[in-house]
This record gives sequence, C-alpha cells and structure tokens, in this order.
Amino acid sequence: MEFAAFFDQAWAARVAISKGLGTTVAVSAVAICLGTILGVGVGLALTYGVRPLRWLARGYTDFIRGTPVLVLVFASYYVLGTVGLDLPPFEAGVLALTVFCSSHVGEIVRGALQAIPTGQTEAAKAIGLTFAQTFAYVLAPQALRQILPAWVNTAAEMVKASTLLSIIGVGELLLRIQELISRTFLSLDFYFFAGVLYFAVNYAIERFGRYVERRSALPT
Amino acid sequence: MSDYLLEICNLHKSFGAVEVLKGVDCLMRAGEVISVIGSSGSGKTTMLRCINMLEDFQDGSIRIDGEDIGYEVLGDARRRKKESEIARQRALTGMAFQQFNLFPHMSAIDNVMLGLVKAKRLTREAARAVAERWLDRVGLRDRAGHYPGQLSGGQQQRVAIARAIAMNPKLMLFDEVTSALDPELVSEVLQVIKGLAADGMSMLIVTHEMRFAYEVSTRVIFMNQGRIGEEGDPREMFNRPRTERLAEFLKSSPFTK
Repeated sequence: MEFAAFFDQAWAARVAISKGLGTTVAVSAVAICLGTILGVGVGLALTYGVRPLRWLARGYTDFIRGTPVLVLVFASYYVLGTVGLDLPPFEAGVLALTVFCSSHVGEIVRGALQAIPTGQTEAAKAIGLTFAQTFAYVLAPQALRQILPAWVNTAAEMVKASTLLSIIGVGELLLRIQELISRTFLSLDFYFFAGVLYFAVNYAIERFGRYVERRSALPT
Repeated sequence: MSDYLLEICNLHKSFGAVEVLKGVDCLMRAGEVISVIGSSGSGKTTMLRCINMLEDFQDGSIRIDGEDIGYEVLGDARRRKKESEIARQRALTGMAFQQFNLFPHMSAIDNVMLGLVKAKRLTREAARAVAERWLDRVGLRDRAGHYPGQLSGGQQQRVAIARAIAMNPKLMLFDEVTSALDPELVSEVLQVIKGLAADGMSMLIVTHEMRFAYEVSTRVIFMNQGRIGEEGDPREMFNRPRTERLAEFLKSSPFTK
C-alpha cells in the first residue's frame, strides 16, 4: 500500500516540510522585495541616467541576465568568501536571487517607461509640471500598470529559482523533500508532492497579480 | 513692460543638420488671434513648440510679456535657464496638441486639476471649482468623471483644451488640434476655440482648416521653408495673396466649410 506509506511519511515529516515551504516563501519574498527596489533603481538609471550611469546599469543588467542563476548562487556563496565577505547560505542565496531579480525588474521598468508616448511628458511639461512631478503623477502610474504582468511573472520565476539554493544547503522546500526521499525512497511521490506545493505558491502569486490588474484597470 | 505679448526675434532651430526655422520674427499683441498656415515641414509646429520650450532652439529669442523664454543672454554667452524656471515659464502659455495627450489614468476633471494643484498649488477644492467651470465651458460638465478612454476624440480634445486654459495662460497655443479628429467631430472643437477668441483670449493657432483660419483670425501667418512667407489680414491674404507660393498653397488647400 504505497499511498498509505507516502501519507504516513509525509505526515511524520510535516514539520520539516512546512519549515522548508516557509523558507522557500521567505527567501523568495525577501529577494523579490529587495530585487524590486534595486531593480526600480536600475530601470530609472537605464531610462534617465546620465551616460556613465546608464552604461553602468546596462553592463550590470546584461551581465546578470546573461549569467545562469546557479552560477550567481555559487558566486555569492563561494566567490564572495574569497574576498572576505563570508555569507551564510541563506544570506548568500538571498543576495544571488536579489541580484537576479533586480536585473529583470530593471529591464521591465525601462521597457514600461519607454513605452509611454512622449506626448504624455510634453502635456505634463506644458501645464508647468517639473520632471519629478511628471514622473510621480503621469509616468509612474502608467508604467506601474504596464509592469504588473511581467513583474508577477518574475516573482514566479524567483520562487522557482529558489530551488537552486538547495545546492548550497539552504533548508528550503526542495532540500527538505530530497532529505525525505533519501530516507524513504518514495522519490516519485515526494517529487510530485513538491511540484504541487510549488504550483500552489505560484498560482497564488498569479491570482494575486490578476486581482491587482483587474482592480487597477482603466475604464474604457 | 513691453507693448507686445509675444516677441519672436530671429528664431533659429535645427534638428541635427536640418535647419527647420531659419530666422523667424513675429510680434503679437494681447488679444490677437493669429493663425499659422503652411505646408507640412514649413516649421509651423516647431515654432509653436519653441515658444513653450518643448523644443530647444539654437539662436534668437522669444519673449512673453517681456520675459525671455528658455535662455538667458549675458553679453555673448547664452545659457539655458534652470529646469524649474523653464517649468514655470511653460505655464505662461497653454498648449493643445494634435493627439490630445490626455493622461489616460485620470478622469477628465483630474486631468484638468493636475496642473492647478501641482504647478499652481491651488487647494483641491479651489482647483475642482476652476476645473468644473472650464469643463462646463467646453460643454463637458456631465463627463467630468469619465476617463479619456470613455470619451470621443472631440470630447478628449475639448478636455485637453480645458486642461490647458484652466491654468490661465497669457497665450494659448493650438497645434493642429483637429487634424486627428473624424470630420464630424471637428466643428465641436472649433466652436470652443471660436468662443475663446470671442472672449479676447490671445491665441496662436497652427491649423489646416482654412475656413476656420479665415473666420477666427485677426491675422494670418503663412510659413514657408522655415521663414514667414507672408502675413496679414485674413481677407487680404486669402483673396489677394501677394506671393506665388501662398497662391499655390491656397489652391491646393481646399477652403471647406
């Protein structure tokens, strides 16, 4: 009776599994938040920065986006240690995901801002708004609506990318599941179970995104 | 204090190597309604956009009520003014655009109120009162809560005009405001502008509507290849063009009602 065995084992390991799920959510949430803040800065630098700053931001996003997340994870865990910044696994993992997230958010922000017709800026200037006012009241609200779907997508990517932190020993969901499997040999069942949990987290993110999108949609 | 509301002196503007304005001079008194006509690429729109510094210009000067717009000239040196100063000067003029450029995420009344609250620093209540008055004036009081996406082109353009004029500018600039409209929506916008002209509002109107230019203007300027080709009383100009170029242009621009 394999199913019964699976349920027994899963129930017995419920604390470990929920802790793993909690770590996955925590790592993702922190990385998404910090990555978004940093990414907005990167996006602004890409769009409005003076030339050296823009080049710097361009180099950063291209380099990070062209690097596998796994390499970023190894780099922040092992390579930073060699230059004296010895981060524990959790912090190293959050750093890698934050950097990864910021490069994607940066591009999303740049794309959204550049997609706004120049007439919007001109109309704002024509009624005497300064650039800061134009940005705050005219550009940002329009860009935010544009950003939302892509940002939700990136958030879901971050949850999936967080599985890579199992390799440096962060006790997130996948690592906990692998530990269970090595004890119980119920690999198919537990991998499937893990898949269901990841799906649930990302489905919740996606539903939330849809909800915000609906709430902020402009009447036509 | 100057005799003139607007003084354009030897205005030069280039886009890269292409010189679009090759020395434009124009004097305008308060209360005048000047239509600017001419073929595409003659520099009409560019001249308008220089007046509120949507375009930088390389040489010459523009004054509104004696105040130098955009640049300070000290001896031989010419320096662009601070961005905050330019923002203030832009509010001396109001501008209506060909593509309306309403803010799509704001209702009609919020579009009109934004400049009043943020640039003029009126309270929201005071701004709302001004905005309601102008929306009423353009016949859209009952559309105050509508978003641009819910309005027709003609209605959007009227909101855009209300948004510009609510700022109480000294001079209104109209940049081909009916060119993007369906033919049956043109007249509702032109009626609004005629009403403003009747109020004595100073206006500079770039337009392709020849009959409208004829009826509403106190003076017409014909732009030709970056210069003023001819100017004068609308009746004189349309009936007895002095230059070959204007005669040709008028022949190819149907005088439709």
